[in-house]
Amino acid sequence: MRDVAILGVGINKKWGELWEMSLRDIFVEAALNAVDDAGVDHVDSMYVGCMSSGLFVGQEHLGCLMADYLGINPVPATRVESACASGGAAFRQGFIEVASGTSDIVLVGGVEKMTDVSGDEATYALSAASDMEYEAYHGITFPGLYALMARVHMERYGTTREQLAHVSVKNHKHGSFNPEAQYPFAISVEDVLGSVMVADPLRILDCSPITDGAAAVVLCPLEMARKISKQPLVKVLASAQASDSIALHSRSDLAWLEAVHRAGEKAYKMAGKTPKDIHLAEVHDCFSIAEILALEALSLVEKGKGGQAAESGMTALGGKVPVNTSGGLKSKGHPVGATGVAQVIEITRQLRGSAGERQVEGARTGLTQNMGGTGGSSVVHILEAV
Amino acid sequence: MANPARYWREIPQRYRLEAARCTSCGEISYPPRLACRKCRSRKFESVVLADEGKILTYTITRVGPSQLADLTPYAVGVVELEGGVRIMAQIADCDFEELAIGQRVRLEFRKIQEDGQAGILCYGHKCVPV
Repeated sequence: MRDVAILGVGINKKWGELWEMSLRDIFVEAALNAVDDAGVDHVDSMYVGCMSSGLFVGQEHLGCLMADYLGINPVPATRVESACASGGAAFRQGFIEVASGTSDIVLVGGVEKMTDVSGDEATYALSAASDMEYEAYHGITFPGLYALMARVHMERYGTTREQLAHVSVKNHKHGSFNPEAQYPFAISVEDVLGSVMVADPLRILDCSPITDGAAAVVLCPLEMARKISKQPLVKVLASAQASDSIALHSRSDLAWLEAVHRAGEKAYKMAGKTPKDIHLAEVHDCFSIAEILALEALSLVEKGKGGQAAESGMTALGGKVPVNTSGGLKSKGHPVGATGVAQVIEITRQLRGSAGERQVEGARTGLTQNMGGTGGSSVVHILEAV
Repeated sequence: MANPARYWREIPQRYRLEAARCTSCGEISYPPRLACRKCRSRKFESVVLADEGKILTYTITRVGPSQLADLTPYAVGVVELEGGVRIMAQIADCDFEELAIGQRVRLEFRKIQEDGQAGILCYGHKCVPV
């Protein structure tokens, strides 16, 4: 396998409710930014991560559409879908294609246009990431599924309602330094505890929002990047993925993300690293409890201590392992198919030393964790400055 | 509206709680599968799930899907039935404040939802406190 580098990154000027932009415009804007950042005049292949353009805007066949509107036909272009892990899974396909020697310059983007439908329809589209016949059929929603996990975590480990709130508070604080974020402002623990209940014990400020947005990166062999890159080099040290049962109720432990754990273990092994070597991480905080569960599954905090990590400041900027310096899904926004790619962008910027006000000093090694459903699909990448 | 086949093909498991027990390793699959997730054997015998169990975790859905608007808010939980199979089910006829992990419940046959305004009535099981 060849070593793979991230040559360029691109994202929309701002994520949020982009009424004036279509699905294709959103994607192409981010992709052009990535191509410009990379400084390349062509790409050899493309992947598009997207969860549900069919239900959100009635459009499928995104590989073809986006290659067309980027003006790069006839390059091979394929959509990758793994629910909310679509972006991470697409990035992994791009990594494998470059590492295998099949292509040299690969563009990987992720996109979701979620505001062309009502909130109700958006909720339905997202619920399709669960088992439609044996979970959603009975009226459980996504906030509900994570609430079920939160309740077990609270009962078993003594995780408090306030500790859950601290995850959202931290990520909004980080997001206040990110002008691209959908909600770039700080909130307080009282704000979270006073916000409307969605699925007990989770409130609206425990939940990531509905977002329009895209993110894209350009990958190439590390040897090529050494010759042509205008940016500090970032190498992809590891790419790993794992799956679990689609239904939460089919799992033996309701407060543990086994697929995240397995993907993490594989990634650490491939990178030759341990959790102690990770300087910062972007993890999938679709709900406050999700960040807690992900950090525990990745062994970045001890089992049962994820809530304390947020409360103590261990995972905040300036803490031992800053988590979600971009603002995370909570503050930056969660256009589901774009999220996994945007996580890679944040770590790349941090390793390049170009993260501005939210720069983690001395960051050399970073991790991204992206998951679909209640963790039924999980993708982990480890990046390093070289 | 979906083709009615989408609903009637689920009748054995949804209405009659039929599950499949692997004849090699004894793992019970609900709903039935074509391959055992523990040992990958493809031989099963039909068994019927117990109709009593306990709540492992629960939530109150305050913002629900449109087809359940008349019911919202409602409780949903993961229930472990006697014999060990776990299912997702609504918890009906309960006081939200008195719900607790470990609480005993019994399954009852109920209407679950409707497929659109003039669509199929969809049945299944909800659990009620014992």
